[in-house]
Amino acid sequence: MIGGFRPRLIGGRDVKPGPELRFRELMLPHLDAAYNLARYLTNDASIAEDVVQEAFLRAFRSFETYRGGPPRAWLFAILRNCWRDRVGEQIKRERVVVSDASLSDAQSEAIAAVPADSDTPEESLARAREVDTVRGVIAALPEPFRETLILREMEDMSYREIASVTGVPIGTVMSRLARAREMLAKLLLPQRTAGQQERQA
Amino acid sequence: MTCPDPMLLHALLDDELDAANVAMVEAHLRTCPDCAAEFEQLKHLHQIVADPALRHAVPEGLRDRIDAALPATQHTANPWPARLGWGAGGAIAAGLALTLAIPQQSATSGLEQQMVASHVRSLLADHLVDIPTSDRHVVKPWFNGKIDFSPPTPDLKAAGFPLVGGRLDYIGGRVVPAIVYRRNLHTINVFAWPAGTAPSGETMATDGYTLVHWRQGDLDFWAVSDVAGGDLDQFRTAFVTATR
Repeated sequence: MIGGFRPRLIGGRDVKPGPELRFRELMLPHLDAAYNLARYLTNDASIAEDVVQEAFLRAFRSFETYRGGPPRAWLFAILRNCWRDRVGEQIKRERVVVSDASLSDAQSEAIAAVPADSDTPEESLARAREVDTVRGVIAALPEPFRETLILREMEDMSYREIASVTGVPIGTVMSRLARAREMLAKLLLPQRTAGQQERQA
Repeated sequence: MTCPDPMLLHALLDDELDAANVAMVEAHLRTCPDCAAEFEQLKHLHQIVADPALRHAVPEGLRDRIDAALPATQHTANPWPARLGWGAGGAIAAGLALTLAIPQQSATSGLEQQMVASHVRSLLADHLVDIPTSDRHVVKPWFNGKIDFSPPTPDLKAAGFPLVGGRLDYIGGRVVPAIVYRRNLHTINVFAWPAGTAPSGETMATDGYTLVHWRQGDLDFWAVSDVAGGDLDQFRTAFVTATR
């Protein structure tokens, strides 16, 4: 962490630095996380870059509305608004048709070859390919589920934080997360899931 | 035995349960193979998705572009103000104020003062660029209709001077285009207007800023920055070469 001699970032008694400096101090450390989120939200490297850049500029312009709290969650909320503004109506349309049908047969087949456990040396040799495969599977998840999954599993956000970023109740966060994991299991762990379905049938 | 809501398994995995529910669910997992298998699968999925190898790394240059697009905190060479304590930030702010005060008293001509002032203003206010883009095909048409001549806006990234964007400014009683470039974390403002009577090829330093002037075609160009004079000469060469 940072040396103890350093004044707190947020606190009435400290001399206030300029907003440009304070913004950089608080927000730029989250650039990596912001880009990763944008990349998974957009599924496109160059759009992700645009969205992140736009998000940082928009965040700076509305920096005076930042009232403390986790800077990452504040930044992410702006980032996803940037993305949603960009896609606009398209996202609303997609939301209506969210279902298992959005996982295509081709994607499922591509996934079927993935080993479920990756502990042996042979499998770790195939690791690079596996990373691509898992990324592909995540990309195939419908948007609200993918977003919730990334925020929880990759960014290690609490349900409460995810709720504040995505603007939905915690119950919705929980059901989206459960649904995301269910779809993911179906794609990544086909055998086991198939077995469970047989038992249930 | 009744199995608990499957949501509780997720909540247990995500460390979102209170102690009483943790105890309840864990007790259940010890006695229910189905739920235990389900929980193992959730843990397995978590390991797969939380793998740092899945993260996408920030593309090269994005950090610099964002830093360049944000209003500058200072005009010194320190690339990451985040590493500074507030004390240092304050010192820089004080230094800036001093620099700002000087141009009015210096002996440089009115035009140069105005350009330095415009340069400093562009760094201080949230107004470095009106159109932030590294695409010269966007910057150039943006100036159309806003000014009555068309300055070249080459991207000099290959020479180490990436294009940041464009801005309109008011200098010498007229609206002029400012084409903004970056040299590492320094900003270079290029002003252009139809050629007047100023002699070509000057370099001058004023209050820590360097101004370089050149004439190309029927336009006069001025580049203003706090980069070293040699860098600014290099910039002029790159600009002239790219637009010849």
